[in-house]
Amino acid sequence: MDFNGVMLSVAILGGVGVFVGIFLGIATKVFKVDVDKRLEDVVNALPGNNCGGCGYPGCEGLANAIVKGEAPVNQCPVGGDKVARVIAEIMGEEAKESERKVAFVACKATCDDVTKDYNYYGIEDCRMLSFVPNGGPKSCNYGCLGFGSCVKACEFDAIHVIDGVAVVDREKCKACGKCVAACPKNLISLIPYDAKYQVACSNKEKGPVTMAQCKTGCIGCSLCARNCEVKAVTVQDFNATIDPELCVNCGTCFEKCPKKSIVKL
Amino acid sequence: MIKNLILLALGSSLVNNVVLSQFLGICPFLGVSKKIKTALGMGTAVIFVITLSSIVTGLIHEFLLKPFDLTFLKTIVFILVIAALVQFVEMFLKKYLKSLYSALGVYLPLITTNCAVLGVAITNVNKEYSILEGTVNGFATSVGFTVSIVILAGIREKMEYNNIPKAFRGMPIVLVSAGLMAIAFCGFAGLL
Repeated sequence: MDFNGVMLSVAILGGVGVFVGIFLGIATKVFKVDVDKRLEDVVNALPGNNCGGCGYPGCEGLANAIVKGEAPVNQCPVGGDKVARVIAEIMGEEAKESERKVAFVACKATCDDVTKDYNYYGIEDCRMLSFVPNGGPKSCNYGCLGFGSCVKACEFDAIHVIDGVAVVDREKCKACGKCVAACPKNLISLIPYDAKYQVACSNKEKGPVTMAQCKTGCIGCSLCARNCEVKAVTVQDFNATIDPELCVNCGTCFEKCPKKSIVKL
Repeated sequence: MIKNLILLALGSSLVNNVVLSQFLGICPFLGVSKKIKTALGMGTAVIFVITLSSIVTGLIHEFLLKPFDLTFLKTIVFILVIAALVQFVEMFLKKYLKSLYSALGVYLPLITTNCAVLGVAITNVNKEYSILEGTVNGFATSVGFTVSIVILAGIREKMEYNNIPKAFRGMPIVLVSAGLMAIAFCGFAGLL
């Protein structure tokens, strides 16, 4: 074996490697571009999950936009007021109070509430179920499938499937919107944390159909809408919705609902 | 001499087009050809890097590997040098040519993994081109890459408005178009 050849290759290759390393090291020093000091601070202040809930590519993207003045200091939905205040201090601005939001699943039908058309044995992912007959084993085509695509999407361990339906942990939820995007049935939305009453059903079938499918499904009877004094409840496609902007949290609709589709949060 | 260089340039840009007849650099060819603008950005960055790396790898092969009889190390040394070169170029542009840096954007670091760059460096060595010939070959090859990626981007932009059969939507129709382009480029074979 030609030992010299081996040594020479190692030496040359190692030499090139070391040279390149030193060369690049020096080059970083020589060609250092002074970045805005605030940029570094803002990046450090942000949570660093890179969840994309702000609409920018990662925390650094948002930091760039904040420093440039393109995004408000409270753009980060995850950090909330605490982070907004720190960033405002860095940027030398007053932080505006940002409204805290949480995710809400518009379905409360547990395994016992809703009837099943058939048993499903397959890949446990809600998005896969768009390929199976009737969009899932449950007879209700609008409700939570319970296979937890939202659970996998959540980076904060704030949503869980309990008894066949996704439930949001309101204290842990950071309103990043990941689960909203993950749900193939579009059941999840971001609502203000202060909103007390919401309709936990998305079924758009007529009353009798819904009644056969689910014990707690909204049948579109409009009792809630008729009894609401501030007209915050509307019924469309046999499904009620409560507008949190108008709602005064009086709870009349909650008491009137015959199917208990409205939940108190 | 000049005539030879022109022939070489024509040959490597059109006849032996790097993407369409050598199948190098397919990844950026399919990945960044959605819009003409980004395709042009990628193309410019590739021209820039391949030309530079042809010179540098040519010099290294001639004055470092050959004298020590270590030409078998060329692949690994070239990879190392190209990666470092791209890094260096990026730093340099960031400092002194800010506008070019932002124009090339994310494509510059992406090129490190473009096999066309390494392909050209190795072709230069295998065909025993001189450093000048190697540089011309590198430049022409990358121009060929830019031409084909811009044409594909143009086709893809037009396809946006067409009603493509469902099974062909997305990547399949792009691959079909790329294949048809390759056949069209066969026509250049009679050029030389």
